[in-house]
This record gives sequence, structure tokens and C-alpha cells, in this order.
Amino acid sequence: MPDTGIGASVKRKEDFRFLTGQGRYTDDINRPGQLHAYFVRSPHAHATIKGVNKTAAEAAEGVVAVFTGADMAADNVGSLPCGWVVNDRHGDPHKAPPHFPLARDKARYVGDHVAVVIAKTYDAARNAGELVEVDYGELPAVAETGKAQDGSAQQLHDEAPNNLCYDWVLGDEAEADAAFAKAHHITKIDLINNRLIPNAMEPRAALGEYDGGTDSFTLYSTSQNPHLLKLILCAFVFGMNENKLRVIAPDVGGGFGSKIFCYAEETVCMWASKKVRAPVKWTADRSESFTSDAHGRDHVTHAELAMDENGKFLGMKVDTTANMGAYLSSFSTSVPTYLYATLLAGQYTTPVIFANVKAVFTNTAPVDAYRGAGRPEATYVVERLVEVAAREMGIDPAEIRRRNFIQPDQFPYQTPVALQYDIGDYEASMSKALEMIDYDGFAARRSASEAKGKLRGIGFSSYIEACGIAPSAVVGSLGAGVGLWESAQVRFNATGSVSVFTGSHSHGQGHETTFSQLVAETLGIPIENVEIVHGDTGSIPMGMGTYGSRSLAVGGSAISRACDKIIEKSRKIAAHLMEASVEDVEFDAGTFRVAGTDKEKSIAEIAFTAYVPHNYPEDVEPGLDETAFYDPLNFTYPAGLHICEVEIDPATGVTEIVDWVAVDDFGKVINPMVVEGQVHGGIAQGVGQALLENCVYDKDSGQLLTGSYMDYCMPRADDLPSFRVGLTETACTHNPLGVKGCGEAGAIAAPAATINAITNALGILSMDMPASPEKVWRLANEPKMAAE
Amino acid sequence: MYNFNHHRPGSVDAAAAALSSADDGKILAGGMTLLPTLKQRLANPSDLVDLGGIADLKGIREDGGSLIVGAMTTHAAVADDATVKAKIPALAALAEGIGDAQVRNCGTIGGSVANNDPAADYPAALVGLDATVHTNKRQIAADDFFTGMFETALDEGEIITAVAFPIPEKAGYAKFANPASRYAIVGVMVAKGPAGTRVAVTGAGPSVFRLGDAESALSGGISADAVSGVSVAADGLNSDLHASSEYRANLVSVMLRRAAAAAAG
Repeated sequence: MPDTGIGASVKRKEDFRFLTGQGRYTDDINRPGQLHAYFVRSPHAHATIKGVNKTAAEAAEGVVAVFTGADMAADNVGSLPCGWVVNDRHGDPHKAPPHFPLARDKARYVGDHVAVVIAKTYDAARNAGELVEVDYGELPAVAETGKAQDGSAQQLHDEAPNNLCYDWVLGDEAEADAAFAKAHHITKIDLINNRLIPNAMEPRAALGEYDGGTDSFTLYSTSQNPHLLKLILCAFVFGMNENKLRVIAPDVGGGFGSKIFCYAEETVCMWASKKVRAPVKWTADRSESFTSDAHGRDHVTHAELAMDENGKFLGMKVDTTANMGAYLSSFSTSVPTYLYATLLAGQYTTPVIFANVKAVFTNTAPVDAYRGAGRPEATYVVERLVEVAAREMGIDPAEIRRRNFIQPDQFPYQTPVALQYDIGDYEASMSKALEMIDYDGFAARRSASEAKGKLRGIGFSSYIEACGIAPSAVVGSLGAGVGLWESAQVRFNATGSVSVFTGSHSHGQGHETTFSQLVAETLGIPIENVEIVHGDTGSIPMGMGTYGSRSLAVGGSAISRACDKIIEKSRKIAAHLMEASVEDVEFDAGTFRVAGTDKEKSIAEIAFTAYVPHNYPEDVEPGLDETAFYDPLNFTYPAGLHICEVEIDPATGVTEIVDWVAVDDFGKVINPMVVEGQVHGGIAQGVGQALLENCVYDKDSGQLLTGSYMDYCMPRADDLPSFRVGLTETACTHNPLGVKGCGEAGAIAAPAATINAITNALGILSMDMPASPEKVWRLANEPKMAAE
Repeated sequence: MYNFNHHRPGSVDAAAAALSSADDGKILAGGMTLLPTLKQRLANPSDLVDLGGIADLKGIREDGGSLIVGAMTTHAAVADDATVKAKIPALAALAEGIGDAQVRNCGTIGGSVANNDPAADYPAALVGLDATVHTNKRQIAADDFFTGMFETALDEGEIITAVAFPIPEKAGYAKFANPASRYAIVGVMVAKGPAGTRVAVTGAGPSVFRLGDAESALSGGISADAVSGVSVAADGLNSDLHASSEYRANLVSVMLRRAAAAAAG
């Protein structure tokens, strides 16, 4: 294995600055004359705003200005848009009520932005915030997904009758009914996919700065996709020229999706910086993160699976209600539709699938993409259904999956839910995982646990995801407002080092290492000579950012294409220098050679020549700096099998995960250590959802009950086992690197594996997440409690 | 947080004086409850009297069959102390299980006891081990000290100086931690000391309480089996997002058996 090239577990280059406290985050940036923003937020889940009295706050010490929605309306500041149009079952677009950065006539969730105080210090702004008098007219609230449409619930938006955003379908219902009519057995389940709060380590922050001399703005923001943020702010919110805004997303400490979106706070900081003619900064405190980051998941689902007498799947029907929260966040509409229902085939040949998704508004924080975004919800439905089906049919859970796997010779495989899988080998992952976990030894392990008074269970999750988001033409036809290609600029400096400008954005993924390995190997230069630059629209070609496990598959492919252009141009220069024809010049490991001779030139020499072109071909431009845009032909389809083994203490209901085997097919792997780290983090988040994390709003008042770490339980190291990770490989067929993406796999696979293991241990069919100790204790002791 | 006047006196008397002269003074010990409360602007004291500068309030010593733990001794210091580990290992284990490393390095026994959070660990230790709370005015038996949820027998301006634990013959603590906060959903201390067998329960009710049935059951000897039949009614126990009163009642029985087993050694 090479030391630093593709396939090497190179230590992460970026970690030195992170681990030594030398990272530079948005909150680390301070500009001359900078002021601070404090947001006055609604304490009510639902209330009319009858009036705002700013007088006392404006007079408070250190206060520069107080603004409300009326001030932004006066400046014609628009609504925060939702960038993906979902057409409902009648062909009509989803209901898109406005989402103003500062609420105008109504507050619709606890934490909704009602006013902003700009002051010389944060404390002064916060002190004055308490003096802003808002006259609220409280309204009844609805916080529960399943209650938003029951007729009695208060309407949130005039534009969305009965709180319905859309009623959307995928697949043919009549065909599904026909398949179900032939079924030997139908398995039915009801599931709640619990609502989660993202909890990135770094809270969101923004610093807006207006330059009166050029009438332009700079916005520093904790964004996963600075170009997209720029596009949304200019084209949709402010109606201004894009050349007048530069967005810089410096080091960003985690996102998990929550930093994809265009938020009220950054919009207000940017706008206010022109109003007060000074830079305006805001950094969320942790309480604000809990109440105002876009949350994740929150589905209520009924699903059915029809089978023949051998457990072969004949059809699936899924009915889901998805909570959008109070307003539509940037990509919220796509998550429970095109990122969810399209994955319901899983790894199986289920011939007919019908899905109906209703998206509803509630008096809760907006809900949008969160690590996996729709695909964890889909995998949870499919893998819970399959597990329950196996138990009901008396078929081994591994066996029922095998009987239904798409076989290697069936690829490319067209699913009944729009996607065409390019490649995969699901049996390979299963065989390896079963061997790693010693599946045959499970019965003995279960007996040993029983002897200790513990209940042992095993659970599978054969997940699949659609990553490498995404072919622009495909997502465009599905309602996306943007293309989802990626850009890369590879610039040789005159003295042989390389700067790579990527539209992908790293907020913990290790791009600076993985991309450097790719460039170092492709160009044949030392990895130390490669610098990865990202996160600044002022210096990087238009790019689409990082989410949906797309950075390597799409952004990496763009880098690869730009490197190819560098090599091709260099070949012409090398041919000239070595007085050979271009066709005779070969390139290998950083050196150009004339075939059959000992003439050679290093790529660094070529780069120098390109910038000091004293002896240079006439038809070649000076310089060595190439840009490529890559638009994928298809999604990528990472897949695998995760197996969880648990031991439950029936006296307390505590679940201990005693073993975890993950076998994933991510295609080609550039840095196995980075990949393994991504898998670990993903599983931890998935286990967090399955066992610990739960966002709870009071169902009557709409108050957030889990608004701090005292009540919202994040997974910790001692909640998790030492994961055992294995890889299989089928190379992606349609990108130049053969890669698929790995960032979300763990979070997608883990919830179903965990709940399947716990229900297996308890000898029951179903339970909802999180599997808290009390819930598990009740289920473990139910017969006994009933007998008493 | 709002602004306040900060005092860091060098003696208990000076602290008491600073407190009595303040409009609305509060004692700052480890600050593990008070500081988050201030940061969230849920309290607005005029003055904070920080006991961190009083050397006399820190440290652990053995005196006449008791361990005297200074009020400003941190949980980490109690957990790591060789004398505590040797004489009352259950107390060291209890301290080791409080919060997380940051909390243990700042939080103090005096602060925890004075706050009397219904889910704190130390109240179970004090009542179970029949400790005495020393203040700048008097000595208060643990049984009389904890009077209700966040309520104690302390008078206005009274400062805890130390807690004296009689060294028991046997003691064991078992805790079921809230997975999020790591406070006790239920914690049970079982001890056989100079004054007999005592069982104290924290987390389950509005304030720490003794479990008479369990004390009787253990009077003939401490073992898990001896308390296998002891249960408590769910009525009156705490109920919240994390645990219903019924589940807490079950946990009292389970933690009681585990504490008894730990005490039996």
C-alpha cells in the first residue's frame, strides 16, 4: 500500500490545527467596529404579534438599533425560500407559505424570530432584548405530527388549509393492491421515526459586513454550502446581484445537514450590517441551537409488506405523515419524498411499491435534512418490515433477506420507485458480516446471557442509500431548484506545489486529507505539496457544497477531471521540451517520458515552464491552472449490512450494545481510516436515535421539553461498543473514481439494526424509538405486570 | 448572566459578613448549579460570595471514628482520596459517579448538600451514613437537614463548613443514572454503622428519604436476598420525561438489592 496515495490511511492533515486550537471558526473572526445581534424569540408556540414596542430597548445602554419584521418588510426583504418544489398527487405544487426572517404578524414556534437588537456588546444586546415589549395574542398550538390534520388543530398558515403542505404519491396504487390481493401473508407495522436535534459541536454563527465603498457584502457563516447560500440570499431573499456578496464559510465544526440551509439569523446579520453601517455578528448559544436549528426525522408511518408462501416479497405499501415544522426550511420538502420513498425498495426485488406521504405544518422548529435525510427513515421502514415479516413467517432473518436480494447479475437494476441501482453485491456483505459476528454462535451466546439473567438479541439492517447527490437533470425533473454538479480548480503554482479549489465544503469529513491523497497520487507529487481550499465564494468556482455523502463521488470526480486536464496540457508542454510528438509522451507517477527513450521531465518542471515559458509551444497558453465541473450520471448506491447484538437487563430495562459488525460497500476507498471514522460517527448517531435521543415538545403548549443536555441525551463513548468494521467493494460504474460515499451509512443503518436486536431479545415484534430503559423494562416485564 | 458583585473572602466569618451586608447575596461554592442558572438569566443575585478562597473549607481528615470532609472539597477529591477509599469506599464510589469529570472537578460536597437537588447523590450518602452537617453556627444531623425539594434546615446566611461521616462497618451505593444528565433517577445507600443499619434513597422522591422496611429487613445481616421482598409504592414518587413513578418504584427495589450486595462485599 502506498504511504500517502489512494488506499492509504493517511492521518488527517487538518487535525493539527483543530487539535491545537488553531482552527478558525466564524466566531473567531472579528471585524473592526463590529456590533452584536441578539434575537428576541417567541416564548409561545403560536401567537399573533399584535405590536412590538421598541422604545425602551432602543434607549438602553450600548444599543445601536432594534429591528422587527416591519423594518425588513419596508426594505422589501423577501421570504426564506424552499428550494425544492414537490408536486402533489394532483400535480399541484406544495403549499409554500412565506417564511420571513423576522416574523411579521404571527409567531409559529417557540424560538421563532420576532425582533433583533444590535448593540456594541453581546451583553448589551441581550439586556436590551429583555426590554423589547411584544404584545402577543396566544393561539392554540399543535406540536404532534399525527394531530396536525385532525381538524381540531389550529391552522398555522392561511396558505395551507388543514396544515397540509402536500399529499404526494409514488408508485401505482392499483398495482400494489393487486399484488396484495395475491399475498400469502401481509405484515403490517406502525412506526414513529423520532424527531432529533442535530447538535453540531459548533453552534451556528454569522457575521455580516457591508462595504459602502463598493456597495457589497461579505457574510461569514457556518455553512456547508457557501455558494448555495450566496445564491439563495441574492436571488431569492434580497433580489440583488450575486457579484455583490461574498460568502465565507471558514472552519465549520460539524453540520450533519443542519448547516445546509439558509437561516433567518445570517440573513438578518447581513441585512442589518447595511442598516447600521457596521459588521454585525451573532453566535448561537446552545439553547438557541436546540430551539432554532432545523431538526431531523419526525415521521409517523404505517407500512405493509405482502409476501408469498416462501417469504418472497410481492409488494409494499407505505403511508407516512412527515412533520415540516412551522415553516419550510430550504430543502425540507424533498426529504420525506425523493430522498425517502425512492429508497423503499431497499436491497430487495419487491416488484411493486406504493408510497403516500403527507407533509404537515406544526408549531415546532422547521424540520429538514439531518445525516441521511430521508434514507434513514426509509431503511427503518424497510428493515423493520422485513424483520417483522421474518418473525411472523418463521423464517430466519438472514434467510428472508437472501431470498429477496437483488442479485449481482441483475444490475443495473430498475426499482419500482424511480431509482436505477448501478451495482452492488448484497450477498457478499451479508456473508462477510455473518462470519464476522459468528452468527452460528449466537444461540450459545444467548444461552450464556440467559445464565446471567440477561436477554440477548441480534438485529440486522441491510441498508441502501442513494448518495453522490446528484444528476442535475434527474433532480431538476423532480423539482430541485438547483443543479447538483460540483466544481474543482487545480492550480499548479510555479514552483511545483498545487492549490486545489473545491466547491465541496469540509466540516469534519477530512476532505483536506482525502482530496490531497487523490491529487498527490493522480499528479504524482508529494502530498505535502497539495493544499485544499474551500469555503470562500470569493476564491472558488461556483460549487454546490457538501451533503448527501456527495463530496468524493461528485466533488472528488471534479478534482479528478481537473487533474486530467492538467496532465493533458502538461503532456503538450513536455512533448515540446523533449522534442517529441504528444502521442509518444507517457505520464506515470509524476514523470513524463518519451516512450522508448530515457528522456523525461517531472510535472514540477513542466509547471515551472508553464509559468516561465521561455521555451514553449506556440499553440499552448501559459500557466497550469485547470477547472472542471462534474455532473454525475446517476446517484451512487452504497449498501451493506449492519448487525447489532444487545444484552438487556430485564430488572432495569437497560440495553447494552455488546457487539456491532458493519460491512459496507462504499466502492473504492481513498482513505480507509477516514472512512472508518465516518462509519463510527454515523453508527453513534444512529444508535443515539435508537436508544437515547428524542426531541419532545409539550403536546399542548408546544414548549420544547428537551431543550438542553439535561434532558436531550446525546450518545457518549460509554454508550457504544467497539465497532467492528469490514468492507466489500463493487466499484461505482459511472464516476471516474469508482467511489460511492460513506458519510451517512452508519446513521442510516443503525436504528433498524438496534431496534431489531432489542425486539429480538424481548421476543416482541415492534417498539418505537428511543428504546429508553423504562420502555424496554415495561416490554420485558409486560406479561408479568399483566399477571399481577 | 446579569452583573453582580463578586466577593472572595478568606475566612468563613468574612464570608458570613459579606453575605449579610448584601442586598440579595448568594453563596458560590462549585457553581455547578448556580452558574448555569445565572447564565440562563434565571437568577439575578446582587452579590456572589465565593467560598473558593477559604482554605479551611477544603480537605478530608479522619477524626474520632469519622471522616470530616470540608464543604469546599470537590467530588473528584473525595473520589480520589486514599482515606475515603480505605474507610468508606462506598462514599468514594458515589463521588466518582457524580456528573462528569468537569463537574467532579468543580462541584463540591457543601454546594451539593446545600442545594438539595432531589436527584443529587450526596443526600443519600449523608442520610444513609448518618452524617452530621457542620455549619458556621451549629451541627445538624442529616435526618434533620434535608427538609424537602431544594429545601434544607439551613437558615438565611448560614454557611456549611464540613460534613462528618461516621465510618461504617459496611456500606454500598447503587445508582441508576439519568442517561442524559447523569443525575440519579434512583440512588440507594445501604450502610451498617455505629447507629445501626440505614437505607437512604435519593432521586425517587421530592427529597432523600429513609426506607424503614429495608432497614428492618437488613437488621439481621446485609445481603441482597434479605431485601428481595422489599418494594415501595409508586404513589408520591417523582415522574418526569425520563422515568415514571412506577418505573422509579421498580428501580428503588433493584438498586436496593444492588446496594445491599455492594455493602455485603
